[in-house]
Amino acid sequence: MNLFIYDGSFEGLLSLIFEAYDRKVFPDKIIRKQQYTKAIFDEPLEIVTNNAQGERVWRGLQKKLSHESLSMVYRVFLSELPEADMLILKYVKLVFDSKQRIETNFANETVLQMTQIWQKVSREAHRVPMFLRFALTADGIYYASYEPKYDVLSLIIDHFKSRFADQKWIIFDIKRRYGYHFDGLEIQRITFEDDCIDKKTGLPDAEILATDEKAYTALWKTYFKAINIEERKNLRLQKQLMPKRFWKLLPEMN
Amino acid sequence: MNTNTLDKLKILANAAKYDVSCSSSGSNRPNTNKGIGDAAPWGICHSFTEDGRCVSLLKIMLTNVCMYDCAYCINRRSNDIPRTTFTAIELADLTIEFYRRNYIEGLFLSSGVLQNPDYTMGQMIEVVRLLRKQHRYNGYIHMKSIPGASPELITQAGLLVDRMSVNIEIPTENSLKLLAPDKSYSSIMLPMQSINRGILENKEDRNKYKTTPRFVPAGQSTQLIVGATPENDRQILSLASTLYQSQHLKRVYYSGYIPVNNYDKRLPALASPPLVRENRLYQADWLMRFYFFNVDEIVNDAHPDLDLELDPKLGFALRNPHLYPIDINKADYEMILRVPGIGVKSARLIVASRRYGRLNAEHLTKMGVVMKRSRYFITTNELSSPTVNEVQPEYLRSMILNEKKKPRKKRGQDGQLELFTDLHFLA
Repeated sequence: MNLFIYDGSFEGLLSLIFEAYDRKVFPDKIIRKQQYTKAIFDEPLEIVTNNAQGERVWRGLQKKLSHESLSMVYRVFLSELPEADMLILKYVKLVFDSKQRIETNFANETVLQMTQIWQKVSREAHRVPMFLRFALTADGIYYASYEPKYDVLSLIIDHFKSRFADQKWIIFDIKRRYGYHFDGLEIQRITFEDDCIDKKTGLPDAEILATDEKAYTALWKTYFKAINIEERKNLRLQKQLMPKRFWKLLPEMN
Repeated sequence: MNTNTLDKLKILANAAKYDVSCSSSGSNRPNTNKGIGDAAPWGICHSFTEDGRCVSLLKIMLTNVCMYDCAYCINRRSNDIPRTTFTAIELADLTIEFYRRNYIEGLFLSSGVLQNPDYTMGQMIEVVRLLRKQHRYNGYIHMKSIPGASPELITQAGLLVDRMSVNIEIPTENSLKLLAPDKSYSSIMLPMQSINRGILENKEDRNKYKTTPRFVPAGQSTQLIVGATPENDRQILSLASTLYQSQHLKRVYYSGYIPVNNYDKRLPALASPPLVRENRLYQADWLMRFYFFNVDEIVNDAHPDLDLELDPKLGFALRNPHLYPIDINKADYEMILRVPGIGVKSARLIVASRRYGRLNAEHLTKMGVVMKRSRYFITTNELSSPTVNEVQPEYLRSMILNEKKKPRKKRGQDGQLELFTDLHFLA
């Protein structure tokens, strides 16, 4: 069995694809380094990320795919699903091997699977602007913890940049332990000692928060309760539209 | 913020909750000059309450004091309830603080009628003006126009907000007269027409001069209360259809009547709000807006009311078996949309994919088609299951209803068996 290992970056995966074409050997299994523990008979091929090679694969794809399908490839990568990398390889091969364009042939298993994962990742990205909540800190930064199922923060930060152009904010992925900081001008990817963040509520320690913050949370919770119509109670629908996994970081649900 | 604000918020959110509109879509207002907020063309819901409704906008009344005495309204003059009024500054501040925390997508401002319609509109405009000018807020604003407000004020408001709505509430003029003696159809329809005219003129002006400020860029909507008055579904949907066509409304909302004033004998005593009927009306509305259905195809003289047990598309298909089965590999997009079990998404996938080769049942299942429903109404490459004509519409109807009665969990588990029993009668 051909096992390929790479560093878990998108450029790494593209380098892997280049390497496979170059050697004319295709993997039966692809594993990201972070997830790999060596088994006894493994003889993995470790791919060294090479941006120039990755770029060549990407340019090749650009010639054969629409902008939308290219973004699909990247989004499937962000899903971090165990089957994602092999599926991307299969898709790339299909694209390079076919004479005509195959992007809208949803009867093809690979195209359909790609599309379905793409939709899942996109839906997860769309949910960030819905369910993310900021809390104002004493030093005037709006802080939000978030915990997306897929690694989607990079897809959505521009939304926050243009919407909250006049406020400083931090959006932090508490599962993947990195985030983005907007200082009023630019966005920067950050990591920090997150001991001061309560993993249960996603909130910073009380002494870090602005003095009024509790009062605003209380106002929001009051509003949330008052706007509900008791006669129409439908908890199943609520859960369907706002899955339970989001509840712990939502002030109105706690 | 003091406790006073908390109490006002409780009262005035509670007073606003019966307005069902929550949509925040359809506008396109970019963030300018590093102000706060923007309005995305697609709407964003921020939370969902226990009733399963979305919380997108801060839906709030400026005041629940009202000089009108509409029978169906919780805020009517003759009700003895706590009354309060926000100041424009309070409400603008609250909106901004909620918005900055990403609690909401914007403001939905409505109001009871204080002193007179124009005075009330003036106060509402002041809230919106503070938001736009002082806070440099570019987020979404939906404002309810007060029936009877003057055209000048409506124009002023329209230049500041994204969406406006005038609620019709009661689907016929006679019923309205009976239940809302202070209102008249003309006090509702005139503002609606003037907003529509404003939007159309603004579109033309903007074609000529790009810098013309936008007027109600997200269009207008209205709400109809269902089940408080004797109108049938045909009357309701015909009105909706007319509003979509002649007034270019973006949405008509249907609100199942919730008896808030039980003592008023002009209103029916309902054990629970007519939620199923409301849901069927929304489905029918969807058919008109996205599935190319005519209102007469959904409800007509022979069938003035929607079937509460079946969704309206299935109802249409069972009443018109001669139009089926539809050939998935050949039929037009519009016809494919008429197949029960096929939605807009899968219809698009079908039309895109069949250029590469003929589609079969397995392809359709993977594309998200509910084959359990649609197989009676289609033919594919190989599929030869009995069609609606062979099964007979009446039998198919009872079969589907029986299957619906089964508890939810079981249905998934014995899918295979079900197929078998369904076809049992053919043997």
